[in-house]
Amino acid sequence: MPLRDHPVVVMGHGGGGALSAELTRHLFLPAYGGQTLGALTDSAAITLGGARLAFSTDSYVVHPLFFPGGSIGDLAVNGTVNDLAMSGAVPAYLSCAFILEEGTELSTVGRVAQELGAAARAADVTVVTGDTKVVDSGHGDGVYVNTAGIGLIPEGVDIRPQRARPGDVLIVSGPIGQHGIAILSVREGLTFGTEVVSDTAPLAGLVQAMLAVTPEIHVLRDPTRGGLAAALNEIATASGTGVILDERAVPVPEAVATACALLGLDPMYVANEGRLVAFVPRTHADAVLDAMRAHPLGRGAAVIGACVAEHPGMVVARTGLGGTRIVDLPLGEQLPRIC
Amino acid sequence: MKYIDEFQDPALARRLLDDIARTVTRRWSMMEVCGGQTHSIIRHGIDQLLPGNIELIHGPGCPVCVTPLEVIDKALEIASRPGVVFCSFGDMLRVPGSDRDLFRVKGDGGDVRVVYSPMDALRIARQTPDQEVVFFGVGFETTAPAIAMAAHQAKRLDVRNFSLLVSHVRVPPAIEAIMRSPDCRVQAFLAAGHVCSVMGTLEYPALADTHKVPIVVTGFEPLDILEGIRRAVRQLERGEHRVENAYPRAVRPQGNPVALSVLREVFTTTDRAWRGIGTIPDSGWRLSDAYRDYDAEHRFEITGLATEEPAVCRSGEVLQGLIKPHECAAFGTACTPRTPLGATMVSNEGACAAYYLYRRLTTPRTEETASVD
Repeated sequence: MPLRDHPVVVMGHGGGGALSAELTRHLFLPAYGGQTLGALTDSAAITLGGARLAFSTDSYVVHPLFFPGGSIGDLAVNGTVNDLAMSGAVPAYLSCAFILEEGTELSTVGRVAQELGAAARAADVTVVTGDTKVVDSGHGDGVYVNTAGIGLIPEGVDIRPQRARPGDVLIVSGPIGQHGIAILSVREGLTFGTEVVSDTAPLAGLVQAMLAVTPEIHVLRDPTRGGLAAALNEIATASGTGVILDERAVPVPEAVATACALLGLDPMYVANEGRLVAFVPRTHADAVLDAMRAHPLGRGAAVIGACVAEHPGMVVARTGLGGTRIVDLPLGEQLPRIC
Repeated sequence: MKYIDEFQDPALARRLLDDIARTVTRRWSMMEVCGGQTHSIIRHGIDQLLPGNIELIHGPGCPVCVTPLEVIDKALEIASRPGVVFCSFGDMLRVPGSDRDLFRVKGDGGDVRVVYSPMDALRIARQTPDQEVVFFGVGFETTAPAIAMAAHQAKRLDVRNFSLLVSHVRVPPAIEAIMRSPDCRVQAFLAAGHVCSVMGTLEYPALADTHKVPIVVTGFEPLDILEGIRRAVRQLERGEHRVENAYPRAVRPQGNPVALSVLREVFTTTDRAWRGIGTIPDSGWRLSDAYRDYDAEHRFEITGLATEEPAVCRSGEVLQGLIKPHECAAFGTACTPRTPLGATMVSNEGACAAYYLYRRLTTPRTEETASVD
């Protein structure tokens, strides 16, 4: 049974991997059309009344609503703020829509709203419009949140996946895999020795600190669903270049590595909510890395690879032992193995 | 994760590789039995680093791959029924049955849940007494004790709405079948460490003797695998055929007595069909007569199944080490992880999926295999 021919929606269609990409390219894009949408960037870069704006929307259906290091409230702010920041924009305004399931405790909704508000203040954005809908009991998961946001793109900044080019240095802002494992640990009641805390955070400040060093940052991406592997594959595909990763240089916290080894997951595919990857010209790489490490959200920044002319459209990792392997776009969501 | 780093140390790996290169004088082929080892070999590029005259043949040790189509179809049928909560390990959800997979059943409204342990399924059964909860028990000797324990607990607690669809397989009869095949090219085995951590090594000396084949019990980290290969090469060069334990931190000759005791109480051995290979005598476990009430095949009457394997798929030959994945005409073209024809392309531990995921740069390309829409 070819998965691409599934006549119904399966969970993988929302996993941020190949199935999500197929749904977007083969169902949504033909229906909507439009060049801006077709660029498939985290946020759309649009011009309105002479201003260059970044515009983005995202929905949050995370379960549980509260988890170590964050909640659906912070995610709903940070996720959209980060999508705007990945085009270099300074995020300014958010909309916020709640879809509530009948029977959900109002104290729960209140707590989500409080945390959402606090996250917006921390990210220096203002919630200016919103909406509330209620669905029948059993037709939701307590609380779903949608946010949309707009921000201003500074003059001289042009950051998008298509701009990656051979010679660019690939930098990640910190350790990967924490958010996905934090969610898994509470959802499935698993413990891994050390508690893994989500990395959820607004990255616009970090991006501004990087841009203060040089506007010549080619690509930024926050590796959320599908993890680092999906983000890098999207960039390789969009730019038509190859990406080579040094596997041993990719920072993976010990507890995340332990959890992944136990469950048969690959940290490269695990979701993040407060990390970014940057493609920077080699001449600016050291300065950008220093600026990142000087920022609280970039202390763990590391060079993990480079953009190359070889194997266009593909991501290849140099393994710790000196071999190589392809790091492919995930199909859907990762599945824990049998043994 | 300190211990993982230690077992992936590049300097130690280089020393083992140098030692292997110094020892080997001619061409040898050896089979790693377990899909986890295949995955590790390909993922870390171990096959690229070995001397060219050592060939690694990928064995049948992927539980997802060898579960027969008929059992998958039974699982799909049971999972589609109203009032059933069907629980499974995650990687079984994408395995293609004759016309769909468990994801499709879930998409169509079936209550299919991923669990991390059969005990989680038993917990669901106790929490939802008005639902029939079925756990899909597949795998080798590694997962069998936990599944046996779930059946044991269900009986002890008198949980009546819980049952198991069981398709367990055993490694030693598979090794026997591979060695008896007239096309067999295997000269040594890297036995699966985690299987031996449960079962011990006492089943292996007779196999090594009968077939004059070295068997080295091997772990899963890169250094474990290199050490297993080093010992196998040493035996081959010396003309020896012993059972060696290169994974002593996990494996004792007598295995795990507690696990073995529950296995013997709940299961009995049976002939079992292996997907792509055929029936191997005495190669599986089924629930014993005392646990018949917990057998989903007994509880749910399933009739009218017509199974159909894709004719072009050569996963059976891959599983027996007769061909490499890319030697199949469908590899990377009609058959990809997105459009798997055979189970070896589905599971992360399947040899075809490992080649597709990690080796498309180096395997001969039959046509475009790299498209990412």
